[in-house]
Amino acid sequence: MKLKIVSIIVVLTTLLAACGGPSTSAPVASGLPVDAAAIAKDRGLTPDDVAAALKTYMPSGKTDPYIMFASGGQSGQVLVIAMPSMRILKVIGVFTPEPWQGYGFGGSGNKVLEGGKVNGKEVLWGDTHHPNLSETKGDYDGEFLFINDKANARVAVIDLRDFSTKQIIKNPNAINDHGGAFVTPNTEYVIEGPQYAAPIGWEYAPLDQYKEKYRGLITFWKFDRLKGRIDPDQSFQIELPPYWQDLCDAGKGPSDGWFFCNSFNTELATGGIELGNPPFEAGTTKNDTDYLHIFNWKKAEEIFKAGKGKKINGMAVIDLETAIKENILYFAPEPKSPHGSDVTPGGEFIVVGGKLDPHVTIYSFEKIQAAIKAGNLNKDAYGVPVIPLDKVMEAQVELGLGPLHTVFDDKGYAYTSLFLDSAVARWSLGGPYEKKHPEPGWKLVQKLPVQYNIGHITAAEGDTASPDGQFVVALNKWSIDRFANVGPLLPQNFQLVDINNTGDKMKVLYDMPIGMAEPHYAQIIKADKLKPFEVYPKVGWDAEKMAVDPNAVTDPKLAGVKRDGKNVTVNMVVVRSHFTPERVEVQKGDHVVWRLTSIEQQRDATHGFALSGYNINLSIEPGKTEVIEFDANQAGTFTYYCTEFCSALHLEMIGYFLVKP
Amino acid sequence: MHLLNLDPDVKVLLPDGSTRTLTTFLLPSALLMLASLMLMISMFVPYWGMTMYAPQYPKGLTVNVYVSHLEGDVREIDALNHYIGMPPLDEGGRLERSISTISIVAFALLLIAGVFVHNQWAGILALPVIGYPVIFLADLFYILYTYGHSIDPKSALGSAIKPFTPPLFGEGVIGQFKTIAYAGSGLYLAVGAVLIVMLGLWFHRAAYKPIVDARKKMKAQSA
Repeated sequence: MKLKIVSIIVVLTTLLAACGGPSTSAPVASGLPVDAAAIAKDRGLTPDDVAAALKTYMPSGKTDPYIMFASGGQSGQVLVIAMPSMRILKVIGVFTPEPWQGYGFGGSGNKVLEGGKVNGKEVLWGDTHHPNLSETKGDYDGEFLFINDKANARVAVIDLRDFSTKQIIKNPNAINDHGGAFVTPNTEYVIEGPQYAAPIGWEYAPLDQYKEKYRGLITFWKFDRLKGRIDPDQSFQIELPPYWQDLCDAGKGPSDGWFFCNSFNTELATGGIELGNPPFEAGTTKNDTDYLHIFNWKKAEEIFKAGKGKKINGMAVIDLETAIKENILYFAPEPKSPHGSDVTPGGEFIVVGGKLDPHVTIYSFEKIQAAIKAGNLNKDAYGVPVIPLDKVMEAQVELGLGPLHTVFDDKGYAYTSLFLDSAVARWSLGGPYEKKHPEPGWKLVQKLPVQYNIGHITAAEGDTASPDGQFVVALNKWSIDRFANVGPLLPQNFQLVDINNTGDKMKVLYDMPIGMAEPHYAQIIKADKLKPFEVYPKVGWDAEKMAVDPNAVTDPKLAGVKRDGKNVTVNMVVVRSHFTPERVEVQKGDHVVWRLTSIEQQRDATHGFALSGYNINLSIEPGKTEVIEFDANQAGTFTYYCTEFCSALHLEMIGYFLVKP
Repeated sequence: MHLLNLDPDVKVLLPDGSTRTLTTFLLPSALLMLASLMLMISMFVPYWGMTMYAPQYPKGLTVNVYVSHLEGDVREIDALNHYIGMPPLDEGGRLERSISTISIVAFALLLIAGVFVHNQWAGILALPVIGYPVIFLADLFYILYTYGHSIDPKSALGSAIKPFTPPLFGEGVIGQFKTIAYAGSGLYLAVGAVLIVMLGLWFHRAAYKPIVDARKKMKAQSA
């Protein structure tokens, strides 16, 4: 056994060195394998464990080749994780204030959060679901990230130049969403698919009018890449039957211009267990099939631009009748409680899982087009043409229990999460992918157990036009016995899976606990596609506008306190290890505008700014200008100080804020 | 020299009737013009640099001194220097930097003038260039000395550091910083220009002294 471990380490280390491992030091010394073998023996590590360690360990000073953006679920945040070492690099505050980034504690983040008000009411959390990176020609371009808040039907834009949230937009006509924030192949639109039907315009209607008054509503948010913002005036919505549309994906290549969402509750269940009705869990799963929604979004865009949308709450809505008449919307049946709707890299097929069906069903875009052309389609209760399943189905692959989501690699394999089986299924794609792998097409190749209850699954660039292969991450909902007990609320478990070898050679490499969020989807991008700022490009940078603040004071000699009646302006310059000015005195009742500019240019020389008693905390990175505004309505002696350890004299970086009664 | 003998069939006739090759006169002119060109180029590259290393600055902090301006991590070095009350780097040698461009252009033009002055005055015209690198270094030393001796005892760490002079060349240690100072390509160009000027003047003398002597001789004869 010992010999086997040694030989495996020798092979692995040689391989590693050959693959461009440490180049500065000599090739791994001959003494190491013996030592390593001793450590492995001591810790009871199997050869597989040792191999997994070698594949994931990242020596100090080396950076990972992949970055994963994971939703934070109810934390309302986005997690940035380096792969394969599975180290958290950053938590980005999105819908939830986040004090480390000074997000939502007085600075420009408050303006962003303001955009997320629901009917004028602050909602300071979100249920972030599906992060989506901006794409160019169906590939991640590393410029922006979008994420939706299921709880309140909001979409956020994160700028990847500084990894911070720039915009939150509230859907004016919906109160919840799910199938977002998916992008079209050139990020023309960020699409927010619905979930639970409600009256359009988000009004009251009793549930016995469900069929007539309740509707689904899909939103196409126009993204203005130059401004880095969603433009609601150029955006539109399409009214849908009150089925619960669920997960979506944009077509690409041959299917560019089309968009696909699965749905459930074609039963139109309205719940009411307390009234003796079937509960939702039973009522929504009665039918053998629900409908895959097939949208021609380019056609919808034309109709919107022709002014055929009705304005509801300021937003153009294409009603269902128009959508049907203009050939924008089609249905195709999908088996039992479908979930997921994932387009293959080449855009030829759409894969749909069935929570209560052991198969994934693969739809051919070509066949969909042929069936639409042939016409003569039956209609559902709302008049939407339904294409029979046998006319559009390319294949069905039996994978196991609870297939949910599917991602892809570069070898013609698909990977589907199996919730009930707690497994990752690798299966072979057919058609044009058949030659890429040794197996015949449309066959289950391997089922890898994961721990436990996998929800989403993600692969390196695995939902783009050119997946990378290498890694899959199982986003497991339960961790049960994987980590030390930290009480009844357990961390989630991200499991890194090695998918490098063909056939049934997938292996779990690493368990990463997520102890601050319950992620749903995640996307993995090649790290070198991201080109963030090292420091803000100019001193006086307004990070919300991503431009220089014309009012920023960058010269300490010009810093100071100005008074105009009851309005006090504080122009403050921030640099190691002092604020200028260090004394600010106002009268109780004064309105204070306090503008702080860091004139630092050194990477990582970040300062904080906390104002005791006023709920203010900022993160002022090199070059950044932040503006806070408040009424000095509390008299007394207050201190402000730097909250980010900046220098040897960090503790001395303070000032007094005196409010005269 | 044979190879460099341009137009061997053309001879220059001296007042005393002796002849010289054309190259004899072209060579000093070319050398002086080359030196002048090198001097002009030197304005666009750094003359001197210093890199400071500390654990938290793995790439080091560098300042590059050009004749007309400073480049590099000046802001960060200033940020650190304020702890000991040192003036900003930009305050040193302000006058020198403001007049540097016009002075160097003037020096270079004087060299070109030397091409047209065919007697010992050409050497006088070249004197500013010959002295220039030494003056530059002496001034730089003075500026460095002034920096190191302008520590403000009222500053945060002013009392913790004794006055010092950063090294003009080579290594030094200031606080947690190891400093390495080195000449830049501009200084090499300027020193190279001096050497070429010297060589040029030698050939200049070799070419024109016989003419001056021949003229004297003719004058003496006619008198």
